[in-house]
Amino acid sequence: MSGEPTRKKPGEFHVVNHSVPREDGFAKVTGRAVYASDVRLDGMAYAKVARSPYAHARIRSLNVSEAARQPGVLAVLTGNDLEGIDPYYGHAVKDHPLLAIGKVRFLGEPVAAVIAETERAAYEALEFIEAEYEELATVLDADQALAADAPLVHEKAYSGGAFRGFEDDKAQKPSNICQNIHFEWGAAAAAFAQAAHVVEGEFYFPMAYAYAMEPYVSVADFASNGLTVYSSAQHPFIVRHDLSKIFGLPLNRVRLVVPFVGGGYGSKSYTKIEPLTSACSWRVRRPVKLQLSVEEAMLTIRNDDARVRVRTAVDAEGQLLAREAMIHLNTGAYAENSPLVAKKAANRIIGPYRIPNVSVDCLAVYTNTVPASSFRGFGATQVTFPGESQMDELAEKLRTDPIEFRQKNLAARGESVHPNLRALDADLSGDLSMLAEALETQKPLSPNRGWGVGVSASDAGSDPVTSALVQVYGDGSVSVLTGSTEMGQGSHMVLRQIAAEEMGAPIEKVRVVGPDTAISPFERSTGASRTTTLMGRAVLEACQEAIEQLKNMAAEAMKTTPQRLTVERGGVSYQDQRLTWSEVLARYFGMSGASIVGRAYLRRVGDLCMLPVFWEIGCAGVEVSVDPETGRIGLEKLATVGDVGLAINPAMAEGQDLGAATMGLGIGLYEELTYEGQQLLNGNLLDYRVPRFSDLAKKMDLMLAENQDGVGPYGAKGGGEGSLNPVPACLANAVYRATGVRLRRLPMTPERVWQALKERGNKDA
Amino acid sequence: MKLSFEVNGRPVELEIEPQETLAEVLRNRCQLTGVKISCEVQVCGSCTTLVDGQPVSACTFLAYEARSRRVTTIEGLNDGERLHPMQRAFIEEFAFQCGFCTPGMILAATALLAENPDPTDAEIVSFMDGNLCRCTGYAPIVKAIHRAAGLMREEKRNA
Repeated sequence: MSGEPTRKKPGEFHVVNHSVPREDGFAKVTGRAVYASDVRLDGMAYAKVARSPYAHARIRSLNVSEAARQPGVLAVLTGNDLEGIDPYYGHAVKDHPLLAIGKVRFLGEPVAAVIAETERAAYEALEFIEAEYEELATVLDADQALAADAPLVHEKAYSGGAFRGFEDDKAQKPSNICQNIHFEWGAAAAAFAQAAHVVEGEFYFPMAYAYAMEPYVSVADFASNGLTVYSSAQHPFIVRHDLSKIFGLPLNRVRLVVPFVGGGYGSKSYTKIEPLTSACSWRVRRPVKLQLSVEEAMLTIRNDDARVRVRTAVDAEGQLLAREAMIHLNTGAYAENSPLVAKKAANRIIGPYRIPNVSVDCLAVYTNTVPASSFRGFGATQVTFPGESQMDELAEKLRTDPIEFRQKNLAARGESVHPNLRALDADLSGDLSMLAEALETQKPLSPNRGWGVGVSASDAGSDPVTSALVQVYGDGSVSVLTGSTEMGQGSHMVLRQIAAEEMGAPIEKVRVVGPDTAISPFERSTGASRTTTLMGRAVLEACQEAIEQLKNMAAEAMKTTPQRLTVERGGVSYQDQRLTWSEVLARYFGMSGASIVGRAYLRRVGDLCMLPVFWEIGCAGVEVSVDPETGRIGLEKLATVGDVGLAINPAMAEGQDLGAATMGLGIGLYEELTYEGQQLLNGNLLDYRVPRFSDLAKKMDLMLAENQDGVGPYGAKGGGEGSLNPVPACLANAVYRATGVRLRRLPMTPERVWQALKERGNKDA
Repeated sequence: MKLSFEVNGRPVELEIEPQETLAEVLRNRCQLTGVKISCEVQVCGSCTTLVDGQPVSACTFLAYEARSRRVTTIEGLNDGERLHPMQRAFIEEFAFQCGFCTPGMILAATALLAENPDPTDAEIVSFMDGNLCRCTGYAPIVKAIHRAAGLMREEKRNA
C-alpha cells in the first residue's frame, strides 16, 4: 500500500488484529444506546401513512378534509400538495415520488400522510381519508411484465439521480425494462457445441425481507436554517443529495444525523422515508417523526427475486469452457438500487473461475410489487445459487469430487475472472482446502446426510470516494470523524482500533464521531463491505497525515529537521529527547488543550483506480441431514472461511461471517415473501419465518484467511456479505448429496423437499 | 385511568389510556427507551420486559395488566455503573451487533438463569427461542449465557 513501506504482520500489532471488546457494548447492554426511533425533539409531531389497497390503479380522487378535521390532526399531505418541491427521488433513476402522484404502482404505496400531535391521533385519522381508485391491469412478475402487450408500470422516462448511467430511455420504446445489461467474451455458442458436458437449468431465488429489527424511522426538522433529519439511513450522504434536490436546498443546509442503526443488511441503503418525513415537516413547520412498523417496512423494500436460466460447459478434462446466463430480476414498482443489483448480478454469475467464453444478459424489470433494492450480498446471492449448483452438477457428470473440480478451475491470485475488472486478490484455492478439511469431506457419510460447498467472488467496495478526519487533542486523546454508519457491523470499532494503532494512543482514549453530515467529511456510502477497506484506509492515512504535521511541530520544538526525528509509538524522539504527541502540541501552541486535524481523501487513482476495490470472497460449506419422512433439513455442520486480508478485530469478523451465513440459511430454508395475486400473504413476522436459536448448526467452524492481500489498511479487505452468498447453493448441493434430489427453487421448505423426494420415488418405482 | 406499579425498583403512578401497551407506557411515559419495539406481534422478543421476574412481550401486554406489579427493564438491571454479569458476558462474548434485540435478549436470559442457574445448550435454545436476533447467528449469545451463568455462580460463592 502506498505510504506504508514496511507493513506490520500479525503478531506485531498493538491494537489491530486483536479481538478488543466493542465500545458500543456498554450503551447497547444497558439500553442507553440511542437509535433514530429513540430521538425525540421539542414540539415534535407524528406522521402516519395511508397506503394504496391496489397494486396498480389510477387515483380518481383523494378527499382528506374529514381526516384533517379530526382531533389533534395538524395537516394531511397528499401527492396534490407538493407544489414548490420536486417530489421525485432515486439515486439511479429518479422515478420515485415521495407520495403517489396520479397513480399507484404497488399495493402498500404511500398515498397520503396524516400529521398530528400524537402518533395515535395520526393513526386514528387515517380511516377518514376517502380515496377512489380506478383499477388498472397489473404485472406481478418479470414474465408478465416482459409480455408483448404488458401494461406499463411507468409510462414515461426519467432522468438519473445522484448516479449517472442508469437512466432509462423509454422515449425509444416504452417497456417495463428498468435496466438491461449484456456482456460477453470469447465465443460461447461455439464452445457449447464442442463441450464434453453441458448442464442447463432454470433457478428461482425468492423474494426476501431483510428484517432489520428496527423498522425504518426518521425525524425531520425543517427550520429556518435548513433541514435536519435523524434517520436510520445507511448512506446519509446520498440521502442528503436527494433531499437537497427535492427541497432546492444547498448541501450545507441539509443535515443528516445517523445514530445507532438497528440492523441494515442493505435494506437501509439509499433514500427511504426521509423525503416523506421531511415533506411533512416542510408542511407543518415543526419537527415530525415517521416511524414505520415492521409490516410497513415489509411494504417498503425487499430484495430482487430472480429467475435465472443458465448453462455451463466443460471439456473432457474438466476445464470450464463456457457459461451463458439470462437473469430476470423482479425489481418491483420503483428502480431503487435494482439497476446496480442487475449490474452486480451479471458480473457475479461468473464466479471466481477462469471461463474463456461468457455471455450474460440481465434485465431488471418493473412490476406492480413492493420495490426491490439492496439486500446483503446483492446480486451475488441471486446468482451464486445457480452458478454453484451447476458446478456440482458438472462435477458429477465428470465423476469427480466437486472440491477437486472447483480447485481445477478457480482463478489464482492475480488472475482475471472478468477482463474489465481488477485481477483476483485472494487465494481461494487455499480457502477451499481449509474448508474441505473442516467439513471432513473425505469421511464417509451416514444415510440421509450430505455435505455441500460453494464459493463466490463479488466485485465489492463500490466507488472509492471516502474521506476521514482525525483530531488529535492536547491531552493525547483522538477523535475520528467519519461518515460511516454503525449498524452493528462494528465499523466504528474497527476505525477506532486503526486510529489507536497508528496514533499510539490507548484504545480508551480514541473515540469515533459521526455520521453527522454537518461535521463528518464525505463518505459515499456504508455498504458493499467497503468500510474497513476504504474508511479504514482513510483513517490510517489521516493519522499518518496528522503525524506528519506533528513531526514538523516537534522538529521546531526540538530545534532540528523533521527528517532527523524518529517516530515512536505515541510520539517522537531525537537524540536523547522524547516527546509525546501531547507534549508536542503543548510546545507548539504554548498552551494545553489545543488540537490538530489530520485528513485523508480517497478517490479513484493509484491502486484504487481499478475496480472493484477488492473481491469479496465467499467460501462456505454445510453438512445437512434430511428427514425422508418430513422433508425437514437439519443443519449438522456449518463452516465458513472469511478471506478478509487481515481481520482488524477477529471476533467481529467471525461474527459477521456467522451472521451472514445465518441469513443464507434463512433464505435457503424458510424465507420467502409470498404473493397471492396483488396481495402479500405473509407480510408480518408471524408468517414470515426467520432463523431462530433452534436453527443453529450443531457444529460450527468459523475460519479466517489472513493473507494481507487487499488494498485496505494492513492488507485488509471487506467481509460480512461473502459468507451469505454461497450458503443457499451449499444447502442445495448438500441436499443433493444426501438424497439425490436437485432443488432449483428456494427456499427448500420441508414441503418442497418432501414433494421432490416423492417425485423421485415415483420415478424410481 | 390511573396505573400504579413498580418500575425498576421505584414506585410509579401514571395517568394512561386503557389501550396503551406496557411497551408504549415504558417508552413514551417513563422514557425507558431500552424497551425496543420491533414485530409488534409477540414473535421477536425485542420488547421483552420482566413483570414480577417473568419475561413478557411488552408490545402486546396491556400496561394496566402491570398494575401493582414489579416491572424490570434493561435500565433497571445494573446498579449505576456496575454491570450485571449477563451484561458483562454479552460484551465479552460479542453477543450483540446492532444491539436492537439486546435489551430483550438480556432480560430473557436473566429470567432463564433465575430458574435454571446452569442450563445446557439445549435448555438455553429452548428457553430463548422466542427472542430473535438478525445479526449474530445466535451462537455468541449462547456462549454469553453460559459465561454469565459462570460469573453468577462465582459471585454467589464469593458472596
